[in-house]
Amino acid sequence: MGRIVYGALAPHPPHLVYAENPPQNEPRAECGWETLRWGYERMRRDLADIEYDAIVVLSPHWQTYVGTHFLGVPHFKSLSVDPIFPNLFRYRYELDVDVPLAEAMCAEASKAGLVTKMMRNPDFRVDYGTIVSCHLTDPAWRKPIVSISSQRSTAFYSVEVMQEQMIALGHATRRAIEATDRRVVLLASESLSHRHFVNEGPMPEDMSREHITNHHQYLWDMRLIEQLRSGRTREVVEQMPEFTEQAVSESDSGALTWLLAALDFPSYPAELYGYGTVIGTGNAVMGWAPPTPKEA
Amino acid sequence: MDAVTEEQQTGVVLGVLVPGIPHPLLCPEQNAGWTRLRQAFDAVRDRIRELQPDLLVVYSTMWTSIIGHQIQADPEPTWVHVDELFHDLGSIPYTFRIDAPFAHALKASMEARGLAARTVAYEGFPIDTGSVVALKLLNPDNAVPAVIVSSNMYSDRAETLVVGKACRDAIDAGKRRAVVVVVGTLSNRLFTDWIDPEDDHVHSAKDDEWNRKILEFLGQGRLEDTAQLSREIQRQVRIPKVVSFKPMWWWSAVMGQHNRYKGEVLAYEALFGTGSAVVTLTPDESGVGEKEFDEDDVERFRGDRNVIA
Ligand SMILES: [Fe+2]
Repeated sequence: MGRIVYGALAPHPPHLVYAENPPQNEPRAECGWETLRWGYERMRRDLADIEYDAIVVLSPHWQTYVGTHFLGVPHFKSLSVDPIFPNLFRYRYELDVDVPLAEAMCAEASKAGLVTKMMRNPDFRVDYGTIVSCHLTDPAWRKPIVSISSQRSTAFYSVEVMQEQMIALGHATRRAIEATDRRVVLLASESLSHRHFVNEGPMPEDMSREHITNHHQYLWDMRLIEQLRSGRTREVVEQMPEFTEQAVSESDSGALTWLLAALDFPSYPAELYGYGTVIGTGNAVMGWAPPTPKEA
Repeated sequence: MDAVTEEQQTGVVLGVLVPGIPHPLLCPEQNAGWTRLRQAFDAVRDRIRELQPDLLVVYSTMWTSIIGHQIQADPEPTWVHVDELFHDLGSIPYTFRIDAPFAHALKASMEARGLAARTVAYEGFPIDTGSVVALKLLNPDNAVPAVIVSSNMYSDRAETLVVGKACRDAIDAGKRRAVVVVVGTLSNRLFTDWIDPEDDHVHSAKDDEWNRKILEFLGQGRLEDTAQLSREIQRQVRIPKVVSFKPMWWWSAVMGQHNRYKGEVLAYEALFGTGSAVVTLTPDESGVGEKEFDEDDVERFRGDRNVIA
């Protein structure tokens, strides 16, 4: 029986890839955002001890106002240029998609009453949120991925409606995985507080300029992190409407709600790997290792 | 040459509003309204040919930026574009002709008015679906060089007005004969489930009523009146994907903040639930009265007040 072997809050600021200077990315940096990059490094170390077959990521930067979409083309090779920070992220990617797993999740979500669609266009450009979170989780791209879109019901309806749908999607994701033989890592690709600075210095990696946009955002980030670290995930879901609005959080995408639902609202603590700000937004790298069936 | 003729030679000679959703480009035949939208695009394309402008300035509400405003400056961007939502309608190969020197001049004009701005010229830069649709349909053979300007996700009225004015400055300083193109819908509520193309209609009667009111104004050439209504339009018929309904502010600032236009609504149709219109405005001395406006004018951007969370 397949199962979720790991879940992570895996934010996707392109700055983190930029600062690491991987061969895939064209721009070069001197340094930058180390606390977050070291956090991802520690997460990768923990993941190295876990066997898995695929990564499933929900990304806010694949925005589909009509339903939830799943990548459904076996192989992609192209260039990803960030539309907002093209100076930092011009990344040549090549990746495999676990299409049968994507189809299983899509079918299960449909069965749960969600509007869904498989993405079958081979010219499609995989969104940069997916690419950044997956790169930082596995820079060698050793495993196939499935990317799930964000269907933006926060904008169209409310956080409450979005959560209802993302909880259904999380449960469907879990059921679909369990019906396969896959061991899967889930990534919620999002920042916590998400108010950006609207200016950038001449050297984007100049860390003397980097800090949270305002104290209020910081307080929200710390509250969320404490709740997740102490296993109070249902509380996080309950307060999501306030958090999303007041911290202008990227949780409007539904990624975190989806992840917590797929993990069945863990009451065990999340591991905090790192927290840092990126152009004023708050970002935490956090992981959950569900107990193996015999431990449970 | 007298002053009036001089004015017609350079400056903004035509303003255009078009929707950026890809159906009129990719599958107009699937719905009679989409066909009419396509015909309206084609009519504007022909009008642009007749006018012989030397520049198209595209302001796309579907290209969001965070670091101030961005301006496309790659002389020949080339890609095969796929819409992130309507990917099953097909791929859109494109090569555009961008006026890079004008893009740089525009950046300087923006900075002169206190705005953060930068040009982008990178292989594979993801030009948004709306700009792709507008340029493919309105300028299919790249006869007119273009620039594309982004829409900052946090910008409000003051910043957007100043962006429009900076565009006008650059057009005037370059003695350019420009057509400006605003890419965006009126009411923007899409259906959230798949529909049969023949069942397309504006999402609600309320959206439809508001769209018709906006178009009544634009049809009378009342551009500044419409711009002054932007906050109300945002409250009434816009899904709050961004902080405000900005295109009318930009449009009015770049063409002139008054109502002295000849307006023509070439099409108004539903596009997957949204209210989508093709409208042209031509500068014209007649026009609908000068009124007192609630909102003040602004010439220079001094930064936001940091009151938004
Ligand atoms: Fe993001």
